[in-house]
Amino acid sequence: MSDLLIAGAHVLDPRAGLDAPHDVLVRGGEVAEVGAPGSLRAPDGAETVDGEGRHLLPAFVDPHVHLRVPGQEHKEDLASGTAAAAAGGYCAVIAMPNTEPPIDEASVLSSVREAARREGRVRVEFLAAITRGLAGRELTEMAELRGAGALGFTDDGMPVVSAGMLRRALQYQRLCGGVVALHEEDPTLSAGGAMHEGEVSALLGMAGIPAVSESTMIARDAALAAYEGARIHVQHLSAVESVQAVAAAKDAGVRITAEASPHHLLLTDEVLRAEELHTRFKMNPPLRAERDRQALIAALRDGTIDCVATDHAPHASHEKEVPFEEAPMGTTGLETAFAALHTELVEPGVLPLGLVVERMTAGAALFDLPTPRIAPGETACLVLVDLDAEWQAGEPGWESKAENSCFAGRTLRGRVLLTLAGGDIAFRRMEVAA
Amino acid sequence: MRHLLSIDDLERADIERILDRAASFAEVSGREIKKVPALRGRTVVNLFYEASTRTSSSFELAAKRLSADVVNVKSAGSSVDKGESLKDTVQTLSAYDPAAIVIRSPHVGAAELVARWTTASVVNAGDGKHEHPTQALLDVYTLRERLGSLDGREIWIVGDVLHSRVARSNVLAFRRMGASVTVCGPPTLIPRGIEALGCDVAYTLDRLAEADVVYALRMQRERMNEAFVPSLREYAAIYQIDRARLRPEQVLMHPGPVNRGVELAADVIDSPQATITAQVEAGVVVRMAVLYELLAGGRAPDAAAALPEPEPAEAAA
Repeated sequence: MSDLLIAGAHVLDPRAGLDAPHDVLVRGGEVAEVGAPGSLRAPDGAETVDGEGRHLLPAFVDPHVHLRVPGQEHKEDLASGTAAAAAGGYCAVIAMPNTEPPIDEASVLSSVREAARREGRVRVEFLAAITRGLAGRELTEMAELRGAGALGFTDDGMPVVSAGMLRRALQYQRLCGGVVALHEEDPTLSAGGAMHEGEVSALLGMAGIPAVSESTMIARDAALAAYEGARIHVQHLSAVESVQAVAAAKDAGVRITAEASPHHLLLTDEVLRAEELHTRFKMNPPLRAERDRQALIAALRDGTIDCVATDHAPHASHEKEVPFEEAPMGTTGLETAFAALHTELVEPGVLPLGLVVERMTAGAALFDLPTPRIAPGETACLVLVDLDAEWQAGEPGWESKAENSCFAGRTLRGRVLLTLAGGDIAFRRMEVAA
Repeated sequence: MRHLLSIDDLERADIERILDRAASFAEVSGREIKKVPALRGRTVVNLFYEASTRTSSSFELAAKRLSADVVNVKSAGSSVDKGESLKDTVQTLSAYDPAAIVIRSPHVGAAELVARWTTASVVNAGDGKHEHPTQALLDVYTLRERLGSLDGREIWIVGDVLHSRVARSNVLAFRRMGASVTVCGPPTLIPRGIEALGCDVAYTLDRLAEADVVYALRMQRERMNEAFVPSLREYAAIYQIDRARLRPEQVLMHPGPVNRGVELAADVIDSPQATITAQVEAGVVVRMAVLYELLAGGRAPDAAAALPEPEPAEAAA
């Protein structure tokens, strides 16, 4: 556990009411004191980090990542995935169960949780599958999986196509608890599609994934959740119609929350025209139109969207070096999320920094994890960033095993210098003076 | 010009230059000896991942009439079927140092990708449902021969626009040459957002009389299984081009192969209004002009054709 004085950084934690330069002393892995700049001294043997001109934030929590363990370690593993998380300023991530085999049995969950404790640089928690093999036909042993530590359930990557099946899961939630997180997609509308259905898909002759394939399922599942009094979370919202469906459900009192990813907040299908169909822009749900992007930003601002989730989805280079329609879906996101949102939304004045920090940490509470706070007595989950530092995404390399970042090559402003996760230093950029 | 990937990359002047050269090659095609030595000693690879008769044979003939060495690689029986990736195949074929790779693929953007992986010039011979630029060029060539100019002409493209790379390339090419274009077909086969190409959309043939040119697309039978239209019978009743619907002064085009009695009635297929055979003939000379443009375009055509030919090495041995 670290002893550390971070001196004179601008401390910003909306929940703690902090937005000014402070000294922050970490002792034994806990925030020991928050004091006026220059007021605190490092105890003997403790390191002092110069925070002058830098920002200290509560570390981020990502409720939606793919760490590919077990079974697809050629794409990512627990060490590389959590190194990417730490480098992006995250202190905790929630991994999805669409692995090989899927995390649909307590024995698989227990072994991967154990491995994550050993190998992870940051806290890793898991959602278990709703249905066996993510096949949508039989419920997993949800109660046993909860007992083995699943925070909740999802078939992410696949929708729960059958309303009847999902209803059973929502009923069973009354017994076992745990949020049911939903990848919303009606395959009868989306089948064969490789990108957003719209002008760009028409120009490219590519089969499209219409926005209504997502929004109609959200409306259906919100109705089921209302009927069963269940708690659901909608993953990776991408379209204006989906925002409207979530807003309507919230207005009606449904226990529903939602997340959005940096790539849907910052990019549109126009990049496919400009970037000649590069497969790092292929993800599910797809990058949509500008009106969708604007609706997501507005929803993040007004709270219709509760949190940011990266949907970090690493793939090996050879898997992505194929024609667009053949390529697997997904972009990495952990190492670029904060910098990309800061560059594209905070700097131009679209969203305040405090709100972005709040939404990048809000995923914790949705899944019953502790929310990182900068306050005495709290476990040190902190990230020190230099908001003025400019860097090229992907240079000189990634912590992740994968290179399929939709932001690769972009000039971003805002760089993570130091991440403390669970009281320990999880990441430190070389330049930070010891 | 290094590659021909999309009609969108061509200015009107580029199209006119290529088609003028095609016209000069057409004159050569009238001679007994149809070959010119322009690409002697250079290799053209035809890489076809989809069945094709017209396009592959006319590319092969075009390259041979320019005296290039031709390698045809088809999906059946090649490493393509053994799971080799497109990238590996292209890199293998690139080891032969081809001057050009002509690629037909079921995937959008495949030609673009090949261009990234090879130093050869790349010709898109059809990438998924995206584009088929040489088809559009040969169609423009055919219409120029028939009408003189496309300026101010009204062209209707009728049929399964959703699944047609020909439609997409032709809307772009016809518009670039000064025509206005309407796409017409069942609403289930008109892609959402197609107006972005700069065309109008119609769902019936009621205004077909306004067209100077009627371009019918092939209606593939498998679309029935996917419930895009209830039956070929109903499709033909509403969209078939027949003698009653076609005015005598309208030009009728079709990319082939024709489904007789579906998109076209027998009485119009063989009429003098139809350019179907002329389109096939144009295919060879236009593809010659495209290969010439990419591989020898830096030189004046006549000078290049008149270059003394070096003795082939094997002849000296």
